[in-house]
Amino acid sequence: MMREVAITVENLTVRFKDALVLHNVNLNVFKGEIFVILGGSGCGKSTLLKHMIGLYEPEKGRVIINGIDVINADEDKLKRLRKDIGMLFQSSALLGSMTVYENIALPLKEYTGLSDDTIRRLVKIKLAMVGLSGYENHMPSELSGGMKKRAGIARAMALDPTILFFDEPSAGLDPITAAELDLLIKNINNGIGTTMVIVTHELESIFNIAHRVIMLDKEEKGIIAEGDPYTLRKESKDPRVRNFFNRHIPEHLYQTT
Amino acid sequence: MSSNGFGFDIKGLSEGELIICLSGRLSVDHLDKMLLFIQDLFSRYRLSSLKIDLKDVTYMDSAGALFLIEIDRESKNRNILCEIINLKKEQKGLLELIDRDAYEKSFQETKKTGLNFVEYIGYGLINFLDDMKNVIAFIGMLIIKIVSSLASIKTVRWDDVLVYMKKSGVDGLPIVGLISFLLGLIMAFMSSLQLKQFGANIYVPALLAIAMIKELGPIMTAIIVAGRTGSAFAAEIGTMKVNEEVDALIVMGFDPIKFLAVPKVFAVMFVMPFLTIFSDLFAIFGGFIVGVLGLDLTVHTYIQQTLKAMNIFDITTSLIKSITFAVLIAGIGCQRGFEVKNSAEEVGAATTSAVVSALFIIIFVDSMFAVVLSYIR
Repeated sequence: MMREVAITVENLTVRFKDALVLHNVNLNVFKGEIFVILGGSGCGKSTLLKHMIGLYEPEKGRVIINGIDVINADEDKLKRLRKDIGMLFQSSALLGSMTVYENIALPLKEYTGLSDDTIRRLVKIKLAMVGLSGYENHMPSELSGGMKKRAGIARAMALDPTILFFDEPSAGLDPITAAELDLLIKNINNGIGTTMVIVTHELESIFNIAHRVIMLDKEEKGIIAEGDPYTLRKESKDPRVRNFFNRHIPEHLYQTT
Repeated sequence: MSSNGFGFDIKGLSEGELIICLSGRLSVDHLDKMLLFIQDLFSRYRLSSLKIDLKDVTYMDSAGALFLIEIDRESKNRNILCEIINLKKEQKGLLELIDRDAYEKSFQETKKTGLNFVEYIGYGLINFLDDMKNVIAFIGMLIIKIVSSLASIKTVRWDDVLVYMKKSGVDGLPIVGLISFLLGLIMAFMSSLQLKQFGANIYVPALLAIAMIKELGPIMTAIIVAGRTGSAFAAEIGTMKVNEEVDALIVMGFDPIKFLAVPKVFAVMFVMPFLTIFSDLFAIFGGFIVGVLGLDLTVHTYIQQTLKAMNIFDITTSLIKSITFAVLIAGIGCQRGFEVKNSAEEVGAATTSAVVSALFIIIFVDSMFAVVLSYIR
């Protein structure tokens, strides 16, 4: 049975100033899968993510989400697309001048014609889904790192999008909070079937939640591996891939004594 | 030698061969002495080989490691054989931690060549023109969004407009009032010093009213608003950019200019004319105090002379000026904020630039007004 494709990245080439960051990257993300983009520092994974959600325009190539070209589609289609995706930023990017309630209600007020009372109930449900019930009137600056991320997820899920993007969700979190976040992501994926695209380099998370991963490499400026993380760790013929999954420092970086 | 000091004992073995027994602490407290020792050593002795014995060394930190590395380096440069013996395990570990090659290489980095004067001016000019292009483009875009917002009035974030109206208008009233009052006092006083000689004090109220309404009212208010509000807008939007809040708005499908900039510009546009009128009134009041208390003008005379000097044309152009300044101040403040990418330092620079650029543009546009108005009259 052919799996339905949610996201297609075609021949993506990205250049910052004069440096080539990504070159001819091609990939597909299937509906309902947890797809992880990983790689060493500076390999371009956050850049790839930001191009996938249409924040930046690439030098060449295109990104198609649910049949809509994220850069070139006309305004109506783009508006439809924006309702269908949500993103958790690394710093959670909650609007600092608004309460948690107002942050989550923002997309609801903008895109639905629902009454204030209905919106209140929807917001409370989202908060209950991420374990933040009761925090409606807190300002983002009053929340801990983990709580901010949860609020960010609640906001990303406000319109029940079919695709969620996460930029380094475990960054800056203690191991327990990170594990709780992994569980939340898995539960959302199991419960609602949301497609998830996650950029991370936390091995624990990757082995815990990824259905399929791709590995980017700084020198290759593209994908050097793809597949199930456990398989890649055991069987990959590429030393860079094996080193990454086994947390193994490459030979040439050892000090000669 | 105390146990905290650093000591050395030099024993010559044979021709050109030397053993140095180091003792005590090879630490950062003695780094100066240690480096001097090295200079001394190579200038005083002709050596072919060197042994450094560390068995009496009680403590070594990275300064001590530096000392040993430098001795080794100097020896290699002079083709002297250098050997370090009797290292304890921790000392060996410390030395191994240092990537010698990278350390050597870091001295070979070529210094950045500075720009000569002509290049400096060239780059400065290019950056200035580039910047002007960006500001003009942004203000153009802003005006388009303002007009399109007025077309769909319900989409404007009026709550935000009210918040900014309070911050830029109501909160700015004390300082605008105070400075204008003092300005009025000073102007009335200084001009009277000259006019008194001709018995022409009667002209002071008119002079003050005309100067304030036509020029000083709009400019003083614009300068104060640029300092208070232009900087605040740049800082607020700049910080939002650093926190990825602007990216989040874009991903959620909001237009950051409509969401963040348009409410701010509307607020300042509504508020500036009122602030300007207040500025005029407070200045006239300052002159009033001087006139009635110091210049023997009656209350009635002062007020009558002031009213005689006012006319609709001046008042109207003054308000048009203030609205134009409002768009420019708020526009530049927002533009500088949007230019910030990802560091706190950029936010500071953007804030400063918002004020300075606004001041330049205000003066420039004011001169344009002066020229245009002189032809209309």
